[in-house]
Amino acid sequence: MATEQSMTVKAPWSAPSLPPTVLWFGVVALAWAALAHFQRETVAILWQWMPHLAAGLRMNVLISALAIAIGTLLGAIVGALELSHRRWVGAPARGYVQVFRNTPVLVLIFFTTYVFPFEIRLGSLYLAFPDWIKATLGLALPASAHVAEIFRGAILSITSAQWDASASLGFGRSQTLRWVILPQCVKRVLPPWMNLYAMITMSTTLASLVGVTELLESAKNASNTVNRTDFTVLIYLAVLTLFFLYCYPITRFTTRLERKYAFH
Amino acid sequence: MPPAHQPPERPPLVELRQVHLSFGSNHVLKGIDLNVRKGDAVSIIGPSGSGKSTILRCINGLLTPERGEVVVGDTPVHALRTEAERIALRKRIGFVFQQYNLFPHLTVLENIVLAPVRILGVARETAEREARELLAKVRLADKIDAYPGQLSGGQQQRVAIARALAMHPELVLFDEVTSALDPETVGEVLSVIRQLVEDGMTCLLVTHEMRFAEEVSHEIVFTDGGEIVERGTPRDIFHAPRSPRTHAFINGLRN
Ligand SMILES: Nc1ncnc2c1ncn2[C@@H]1O[C@H](COP(=O)(O)OP(=O)(O)O)[C@@H](O)[C@H]1O
Ligand SMILES: [Mg+2]
Repeated sequence: MATEQSMTVKAPWSAPSLPPTVLWFGVVALAWAALAHFQRETVAILWQWMPHLAAGLRMNVLISALAIAIGTLLGAIVGALELSHRRWVGAPARGYVQVFRNTPVLVLIFFTTYVFPFEIRLGSLYLAFPDWIKATLGLALPASAHVAEIFRGAILSITSAQWDASASLGFGRSQTLRWVILPQCVKRVLPPWMNLYAMITMSTTLASLVGVTELLESAKNASNTVNRTDFTVLIYLAVLTLFFLYCYPITRFTTRLERKYAFH
Repeated sequence: MPPAHQPPERPPLVELRQVHLSFGSNHVLKGIDLNVRKGDAVSIIGPSGSGKSTILRCINGLLTPERGEVVVGDTPVHALRTEAERIALRKRIGFVFQQYNLFPHLTVLENIVLAPVRILGVARETAEREARELLAKVRLADKIDAYPGQLSGGQQQRVAIARALAMHPELVLFDEVTSALDPETVGEVLSVIRQLVEDGMTCLLVTHEMRFAEEVSHEIVFTDGGEIVERGTPRDIFHAPRSPRTHAFINGLRN
């Protein structure tokens, strides 16, 4: 196929295939079965702490979902701007990407936490600006820079013949982007985007360092309160498992989307 | 045989005057003069690299010449500056590419209706009805829901022609549209173009299908090295060329 000649970006870090995941699932399940048998009492304590951990996990889910949503929206726009023929549009966009890709995420989280006020005044209305939202922004900024690069790469991987064909039909540049180029990018963008989502999910634990009570912080609280080594080991194993249970469906969903957009 | 030459008072639809264009230090077009009158089919022949595609791209504004004039109808293409002006021009000109360049993520139907709906603002039902008629015309009615990747080269090229026609162009430019095809599918594409010429569509074709060019064209233009070496009726160019370069090119193809 003519269009197949354009390179298909094969990411080395594309979504994991099924067999290893199933294996990993089995190992985790087995470990928990063994623990429930040999460490009945500690597991019972863990069970009591479950609502506390679940509340923590909810915060991770919230932060990561919001950060990836903001990051994707912002990143798609910045990525398109990076390719603008107008220098005063392209250069700032590329600068934005360089700055936020090359700054440690933790620094950005500290930055957004201490730079933004704790509340925003809208006329006579005071809106609270809680730490978890600031941490979300701290994650969304580097995410948007990564998404911009992912989109830019995907857009550049579409042959110029598609631009020519579209222009010849009377499409302008932004219309070509909207109707012809970006829809073809979806498939190429999914694997690295998925990888980014997983990375952001992991990074949500950094929010604990600016006082957000998320899963890791909840686990630390529990561990300090119970103050037993076997419980500490167990609760961090639980944290691991919960993160896995959150990330795994994302992987599966992305694989499904990839198949849906496999049009050639 | 094509009809005898039309009366000269018919104004040209496309006119190129002394068009020059370079890519860096590569001087590709060296003063091209060309006329295509409304309703005519003109074929450009010539060796690869002689600037044939570049000529077509100057006509629909994908490229802008450094010097010279390109006029389509009463639009001075060489003087267009804004994207909006170029879009207005391109709506009137169909372009069919050697590599088809269909949109791989869209079905055949969506490929054809996308531009009429998004660019011309045609109602979706109207656009779909016309797409069905066009697909029947290029004998692909049964492929309406297929993706380009599921079609042969000849089928994809016929969809590409239907996609161009869906914009109701005044003029269609064909750039070696059979060169990428398997020999057995060349005929089905040529017969679609032949029908178009018979219906009175103004066509400018770059082609290596000499027998076809001779049969359908009102005029043949032979280019070599960025110049127009010779132009004339198919009979003159193919059977009584004046230039030794034309003679050599045509004999080279025969052997
Ligand atoms: N986009 C481009 N950039 C640089 N050089 C080009 C480009 N397009 C065409 N050329 C050069 O211009 C010359 C004429 O090309 P082209 O018009 O495609 O010839 P033809 O269609 O007759 O084979 C060739 O030497 C080709 O390498
Ligand atoms: Mg060419």
